[in-house]
Amino acid sequence: MSDVMVDVRGVHKSFGPLEVLRGVDLRVRAGEVTVVLGPSGSGKSTLLRTINHLEKVNRGWISIDGELIGYRRSGNRLHELKEKDVLKQRTHIGFVFQNFNLFPHLTVLDNLVEAPVAALRRPRKEAVETARRLLARVGLADKADAYPRQLSGGQQQRVAIARALALEPKVLLFDEPTSALDPELVGEVLDVIKDLARTGTTMIVVTHEIGFAREVADTVVFMDGGVVVEQGPPSAVLDEPQHERTRAFLSKVL
Amino acid sequence: MASTTDTAPPGPAAPGAQAPPLPDDPAGLKVVPARHYARWAAAAAVVVLVAQFTHGLATNPVWEWDVFRDYVLSETIVQAVWVTLQLTAYATVLGFLLGTVLAFMRLSRSPVLQTVAWTYIWIFRSIPMIVQLVFWFNLSALYDRLGFGIPFGPVFWSVDSNSIIGTIGAAVIGLTLHQAAYAAEIVRGGVLAVDEGQLEAAAALGIPRLRQIRRIVLPQAMRAILPTAGNEIIGLLKGTSVVYVMSIGELFYQVQVIYGRNGRVIPLLLVATAWYVVLTSLLSVAQYYVERRYARGADRTPPPTPLQRARRFVRTLRAEAGRRHRPVVPFKPLGDIR
Repeated sequence: MSDVMVDVRGVHKSFGPLEVLRGVDLRVRAGEVTVVLGPSGSGKSTLLRTINHLEKVNRGWISIDGELIGYRRSGNRLHELKEKDVLKQRTHIGFVFQNFNLFPHLTVLDNLVEAPVAALRRPRKEAVETARRLLARVGLADKADAYPRQLSGGQQQRVAIARALALEPKVLLFDEPTSALDPELVGEVLDVIKDLARTGTTMIVVTHEIGFAREVADTVVFMDGGVVVEQGPPSAVLDEPQHERTRAFLSKVL
Repeated sequence: MASTTDTAPPGPAAPGAQAPPLPDDPAGLKVVPARHYARWAAAAAVVVLVAQFTHGLATNPVWEWDVFRDYVLSETIVQAVWVTLQLTAYATVLGFLLGTVLAFMRLSRSPVLQTVAWTYIWIFRSIPMIVQLVFWFNLSALYDRLGFGIPFGPVFWSVDSNSIIGTIGAAVIGLTLHQAAYAAEIVRGGVLAVDEGQLEAAAALGIPRLRQIRRIVLPQAMRAILPTAGNEIIGLLKGTSVVYVMSIGELFYQVQVIYGRNGRVIPLLLVATAWYVVLTSLLSVAQYYVERRYARGADRTPPPTPLQRARRFVRTLRAEAGRRHRPVVPFKPLGDIR
């Protein structure tokens, strides 16, 4: 099957005079894991944030499962969607933040229940059942009634992943999910992501974990200076990089 | 320090005396706590002053405690306290509601809403409350009829402005509008204190906008809002006393009426003071518990309430007493200190 789940075409994004994305093209097929690598400032995180419309693009377009994100097309025009409709689109796109961004005043269970009840209008009982199942899946069934600050960083990030999954998204985006963690906690989070990869979840992961990329990625994308420099299977990009910039980056991080 | 022998121990020795070598058993040394003579003298002086003042309170006939006793729970005063409480409650609830709306107007992306909210806050913070109250009192001079209709067009329904507003109404409106300007800035400060990642996470999860504010932002903003809001509400409770200029029967007005009649100024001011202190104390206690509620999740283990602490203290006292009554297991206080 080669149906494209995420389609990014010619995306440009500037913050004032600073051009962060300069024409990015990316296609992610359903069920595939794409790992985005690149030096800091290369636009990886910005790309991820444009995919769920946390950042508006200046040029180009993005579609998920054939649906334009943030716009409605009629003929040759793109009409900007209202916030309400953008929020609805976001329920199809799970996002995991570097700093977890769990809601500290809600229990772990309520963190998972909030969005399905508020955004998808699921009955609370059903949402609670789903939440407990997901917590068990990330190995935190016993932490349902804890508050996020009572958990370790690794546990918090696993809760954040479960929270994103609670909406049953079509695609999961990870923005450096292990960068805020102590080294000994990185493994438990990567294990959860690997497990998701095995079950065929479509994912785009921005990370610095080269080992993880090699093991899990179907496609590795190397970005630098706001463009995709090189992409392909990990064996190609990581072991026989074609571009000088890719080689320079890999020699620094490996 | 000059030491004449090689065996002298390290450390200062008493002047003029040869200190013996340190014993092997440290328990053989006695520790003498430092003496803080100046601190003790200051404490003694303060205690004397406090005692003198308390003695004066009790014995100076000017306080007229018997008059105080007669009035403090009298029907007139209790009713006046009730009016004060009502004014405070209405102005707090309405003021913070309007203030919250103004705060979100100032935070909105619409320049029109921002400007209107900013102007409101600017004006109402600039007018002394007493001036504003007198304005409202004279509202009918400004607008003698109020009604609903098409702006700048025909009016469908209208009433005499004095008949719907009245004095208490005018006071509530005045206090509310004044309070709203301050509440707006307090709420805005609280909202700005919430980490931006919280809104991003809520947006990424597709939570509707109003619910983001109500369920995610405001509960967290409350942590920053409450201490200042507590100040404001207490300030408002005492601030209701300026309403006396409108001849409303709240506490301070009523007290003035009574001492105007019987000339017992001091004891009646004491009556007002006592009530304000009691009400403010109740508000402070309430504030403590509300703050605690909104601190959920902020601490790994929430600190015990004063009540819990008191109970724990009584429990340890009992346990100690129990142990003392059972000589079979002798009670030993922390280690062996001689």
